[in-house]
Amino acid sequence: MSQETREAPVTASPPPAGGRLAGLLRWRPRSTLGRHALLVLAALVAVVLVLELTSPFRNSQFATMSYYAIAAAGLTVLTGLNGQISLGHGALMAVGAYTTGLLLGEEGDGALPLLLVMLIAAAVTALVGAVVGAAAARLHGPYLAGATLALAVAVPGLAIYFDHVFGGEQGLRIDSPEVPGWFDATIYFLFAHETPGAKYLAYLGWGTLLLVLLLLANLMAGRVGRVWRAVRDDEVAAELAGIRLGQVRVLAFVVSAACAGLAGAVLGVVVRLAAPSGFTIVLSLGLLTAVVVGGLGSLAGALLGSALLVFLPPAVTNLGIAAGLDGTQAAQLAPFVYGVVLVLVMLLAPSGFVGVLRKVRARRGSSRRTG
Amino acid sequence: MIGRRRYAALAAGIAVTLVLSACGAGGRPDEGEGGGGAETGVTETSVKVGAHFPLTGVAAPGYSEIPTGTQAYFDFVNAAGGVHGRQIEYIFRDDAYNPTQTSQVVNELVLQDQVFAIMGGLGTPTHSAVVDFLNSEGVPDLFVSSGSLLWDQPQENPMTFGWQPDYEVEGKIIGQYVAENFPDARVGLFLQDDDFGRDGELGARRYLEDQIVGAERYTPGNTDVAPQIAALQAAGADLVIGFNVPSYTALSQLESLQLNYRPQWIYSNVGSDPALVGSLLARFSEGAVTDAGLLEGVITTEYLPGVDQPDNPWTQLFQRVWDEHGGEGELTNFRVYGMAEAYTFVQALQAAGPDPTREGIVEAIEQAGSTWEGPWAAPFRYSPERHAGISGVQVTRITGGTTENLTPVLVTDNGDVPITEGPGEPAQPPADGIPDVPPVS
Amino acid sequence: MQQFLNVTLTGLGQGAIYAAFALALVLIWRSTRIVNFAQGAMGMFTTYLALTVIEGGQSYWVGLVVALVAGLVLGAVIERLVIRPVEGGPELNAVIVTLGLFVALQALAAILFGSTFRSFPAPFDLRGFTVGGVNIAFTANSIYVIVAVVVVMLALVVLFRFTDLGLQMRAAAFSQEVSRLLGVRVGRMLTLGWALAAVVGSLSGLLIAGGSLVFPAYMDAVIVYGFVAAVLGGLDSPGGAVVGGLTIGLLLSYVSGYLGSELVALAALAILVAVLLVRPQGLFAHTAARRV
Repeated sequence: MSQETREAPVTASPPPAGGRLAGLLRWRPRSTLGRHALLVLAALVAVVLVLELTSPFRNSQFATMSYYAIAAAGLTVLTGLNGQISLGHGALMAVGAYTTGLLLGEEGDGALPLLLVMLIAAAVTALVGAVVGAAAARLHGPYLAGATLALAVAVPGLAIYFDHVFGGEQGLRIDSPEVPGWFDATIYFLFAHETPGAKYLAYLGWGTLLLVLLLLANLMAGRVGRVWRAVRDDEVAAELAGIRLGQVRVLAFVVSAACAGLAGAVLGVVVRLAAPSGFTIVLSLGLLTAVVVGGLGSLAGALLGSALLVFLPPAVTNLGIAAGLDGTQAAQLAPFVYGVVLVLVMLLAPSGFVGVLRKVRARRGSSRRTG
Repeated sequence: MIGRRRYAALAAGIAVTLVLSACGAGGRPDEGEGGGGAETGVTETSVKVGAHFPLTGVAAPGYSEIPTGTQAYFDFVNAAGGVHGRQIEYIFRDDAYNPTQTSQVVNELVLQDQVFAIMGGLGTPTHSAVVDFLNSEGVPDLFVSSGSLLWDQPQENPMTFGWQPDYEVEGKIIGQYVAENFPDARVGLFLQDDDFGRDGELGARRYLEDQIVGAERYTPGNTDVAPQIAALQAAGADLVIGFNVPSYTALSQLESLQLNYRPQWIYSNVGSDPALVGSLLARFSEGAVTDAGLLEGVITTEYLPGVDQPDNPWTQLFQRVWDEHGGEGELTNFRVYGMAEAYTFVQALQAAGPDPTREGIVEAIEQAGSTWEGPWAAPFRYSPERHAGISGVQVTRITGGTTENLTPVLVTDNGDVPITEGPGEPAQPPADGIPDVPPVS
Repeated sequence: MQQFLNVTLTGLGQGAIYAAFALALVLIWRSTRIVNFAQGAMGMFTTYLALTVIEGGQSYWVGLVVALVAGLVLGAVIERLVIRPVEGGPELNAVIVTLGLFVALQALAAILFGSTFRSFPAPFDLRGFTVGGVNIAFTANSIYVIVAVVVVMLALVVLFRFTDLGLQMRAAAFSQEVSRLLGVRVGRMLTLGWALAAVVGSLSGLLIAGGSLVFPAYMDAVIVYGFVAAVLGGLDSPGGAVVGGLTIGLLLSYVSGYLGSELVALAALAILVAVLLVRPQGLFAHTAARRV
C-alpha cells in the first residue's frame, strides 16, 4: 500500500496532531532573520556557559578558534557558494591585523574605541578585496589559485619593505584591550567569576563570530546567495538570465574579504602582534583545509573546520610524542595530517563533513518515507 | 515577527537560564590569585621554569643547543638536591624564530603549564612580542637570551631582566677597537633588520660615524643576501661589522666568496661560533672550500670561556656536567652559554630564599645580582634602576680553529660612558660546581 | 656597470632554474590539464633524499642520480594513486588535492629530515670569476646550472620530437579519446608525463639547493615564480616556459638588486596580474583564445 507523502505545511503552524516536536515548532519565528537570530541567541548562551566553565588556557584556545572561524566563514561563502578559490585569505587577514595595529598602537593610545577599529579594519580589507576581486573576476580554477597564492606570498614582503610603518619582521605590537568595567561587573554578578584578559578576548572573538554568522546566514539564504550559487553552477545560464558576472564575483570577494579583515583584527588583539610570520602560506592553506573538510558552502562546516584547526594539533602532537617522536617532529605531525586529510577528503568525500551528514540524513529520511 | 506570547516565553526561558547559572555561581570558590596558597609554578618539591627557543628554522643552527646545556646543568643541580630542597623542572618550546609562534608558545607556558618564571627566552624580534604579556601577567622574565636594550627598562617592564652583554656595549667596544686599530678603514655594517641590528649599529656609530660607508640589512628567513653583500662591495667597504645570527654568518661568507670580496670581517658574539659556522660552510663545496679557511682572521668578542680553552676551570666544570648529564653530541659554546644562564638562575633562586615568590625573585636579583660571580668576564649591572646584564666583553680573533685575545676584558655601559678595563682575575668555580648564594633578607 | 653585470648574470642563472620548473608545470598541464602546486614540494623532498645520501658519504653525483630516480618514482606514484581519481573532474578538486599534497610533503620532510637549515654541497667551485680586474658573480657552479638545464631540455625535445614514445605522449595530451582508439595506452602516458615532470622538478630543486641552505619550505617561493613564468610563456607551450623562466629570472633579479629583495614577491605578483589581464594565453600560446 503506497503512502502519500504529506506536504510540508506552508505556514509555521503545524497540523494539530503533529506530536511534541510539531508543538515546539510552533514557536519558530516566521522570518529567516528571526530564525537565525534565535539560533544565534541560543548559541550565545551556550558560549557564555562554556567560557565560564573552562580554564583560561581553554579560553585562549577558543579565542583562537573564533578568528579562524570568522575567516573560514568568509572563505566558505566565496569558494563554496560562489566557486572562486582563494589562497590569499591569509594576506587579507594580515591587512586587517596591520590596520588594527596601526590604529590601536602599542600602548593602546590610539584613542579609538576597539569596536570602531575593528570595523575600520574590516572596511579597509573589504576595499582591498574589491581590488583583488576585480582583478580576479576573470580568472578561474588554477589561474585564480596561482594568482591568490602569489598575493599570499607578496603581502608579507610589503610589510618588510615599509618597515618604518609596519615594523618589519618584528611586526607591530598591539596592546590587549582592557576588560570594560560594566562587562566585568555583569559577569561577576552572574557567575561570581573574575574576567581575566584571555576570557575577555574569547568573548570578544565569539561575539564577533556570532554576529558574522548571522549576517552571512541571512545573505546566503537571500537573493544574493541564490545569485552567487547560480554563477557558480552555470555561468552562461546566469549571464543569459541577466546577472552581471563581474559584479557578482567582486561582491562575493568583498564580503569574504571583510570577514577576513575582521578575523585579522581579532587575531591582532588576541596574539598581541601583527608580524609577517603570522600570515604565511600555511595560514591560507589551513583555512582552505578547514572549509573543505567541514564542507564547502556550509557555515557549520566552517565552524567545525576551525575547531579542528585549533584542537587537532595539540592532540596529534601528543600522539606523536607518545609514539616516540621528539617535540619538534611531533609538532609537524599536525600539518602532515592536514595535508593527508585534505587529499583524502577530496578523493573520497568532496562535499566535506557536512555534505556527508546531509547525504546520510537524506538517505535515512527517504528510507523512512518509502518504508 | 515573533508574536507576543512567544516573546514572553522566550524572555522567560532566558531569565530562567540566567537565574540557574547565578544560583550555581554562589557556591563556587573565588578564582583569581591564590590568596594564601602557594606561588604559581612552585610546590614543596619543585619549581617550574619555561623558555622559548628556535629549535627549527633559520636561527636553529647553534641556538637550538642552548636549552640542552641549561637542561644538563639543571639536572646536575637536581642530582645534588636541587635548590632549597626543590627540583628545577625546565620546559622549553620551539618558536621557530617567529614572533607569532613565540606569542602562542609563551601563552601555553604561562596559562597551561603555569610556570613560575620564564628564563632565557631567545631572540630579539621574538621575545619583544611577549614582553608586555609577561609583565602584565606578573611572570618573572629572567635573563633573556638576547643583547637588546629592550630588556633594561625597569619602569615599563619591571619583571624583565637582560643577561648577556647588550649589543650597544658590544658595538661600542668593537667600534673603539676598530677606530684605534683600523683608523683608515672604510667600514660597512651587515645588520639584522630589527632591534638586534639597530642596537648594534647604535654602539658602532658612536666611535665610527665618520668611517661608515654603508649599512645593509637582511630579513631573517630570506636566505638571499647577495644584494646586501654586493652593495657593501660597491660602497668600497674593506671592513664589515656584522650583527647577525650564525646562519647569516655562513651566508655572508659564502656570498663574499662568490663575489671575490675579502674585507676584514668582524662578527658579533652571537653569530660567530667558529665550530658551527665552519660545519655549515664545510659542506658547501665538497672540500674546495674548507671550514677553517673562510673564518681565518675574523674578529669577534667573547665573555664566556670557550670549548677551545680546555684548561679553563669553568670549561672543565661544564665538560663534567655535560659528560654526566648531557644528551647527544659534544659540549659546544652554545651549551656553555646555556649552562652559564642556568648557573645565574640557580643563584637567583637561592637568593630568593626558601619560599620563593615571583616578586621575591625579582627583588633578589635587583638587590644582590651585581655581586654574583660566575664564568662571565664582567659583572652584572643589576640594581633597582637597571636590569642590564654583563657589562663587558673581550675582543678576540679566530685563528687556527681557536681564538686569541686581542684586548683585555673591557667594560662599559650604555650611552656616553667611557670604556675601561675590567676586573683583573676571573672568578674560580666552586668546588662542587654549584653556587652558594645566601638568601636576600 | 659591475653591479649590472652581476645582477644580469645572477638573473640568468636563476632564470634557468625557473625555466626548468616552469617546464615541469607545463608538462603536467599539457598532459592532465592540472597545475601541480605540489611540484616544488616534490622537488624539495627528493633533494632531501639526495642530501641524506650525500651525508652518508656518497658524492654529489650519486646524490643527483638518486634524486632524479626518486623524482621519477614519486611522480608516477602520485599520478597513479592521487591524481587519477580527480582528473577530468571539477578543477577545484584537482587544485585542492595538489595543495594537500604540498602541505603533506612539506610536513613529512620536516618530520623525516628535521626543520633546521642545512647546507647543501655544490659540485663545482663557488668562487666568482675575475675578468680583467672586475669581479663577476658568475661561478663555475653557475655554468653547471645552465648546462644542466639546457641538457635536460634538449633531452625532452628529442624525446617528444623524435621518438615514438614522445609521439604517443603528445597524442594522449592532445586528445585522449582518439589516442585510445589508435591504441595508445593513455593512462600510462599520463603517468609517464607526471614522472618526467617530477624528474625536471627534482633537478630544479637540486640546482637551487646547491651552495645554499635547505629547509623544508625553501621551494615555496619557486612555486610562485615558476607558475608566473609558465603563465608568462603560456601554459601550453614548453618553449614559452623556457623563455618565461629566463625572463622572470632576469626581471626579479633586477628588482632584487636595485629595489630590494623584499619586493621580489610583489614584482612577481604584478607581472602575473599584468599577463593575466593583458594577454592571458601567454606570449607563445598556439590557441587564439584561452579560457583562464
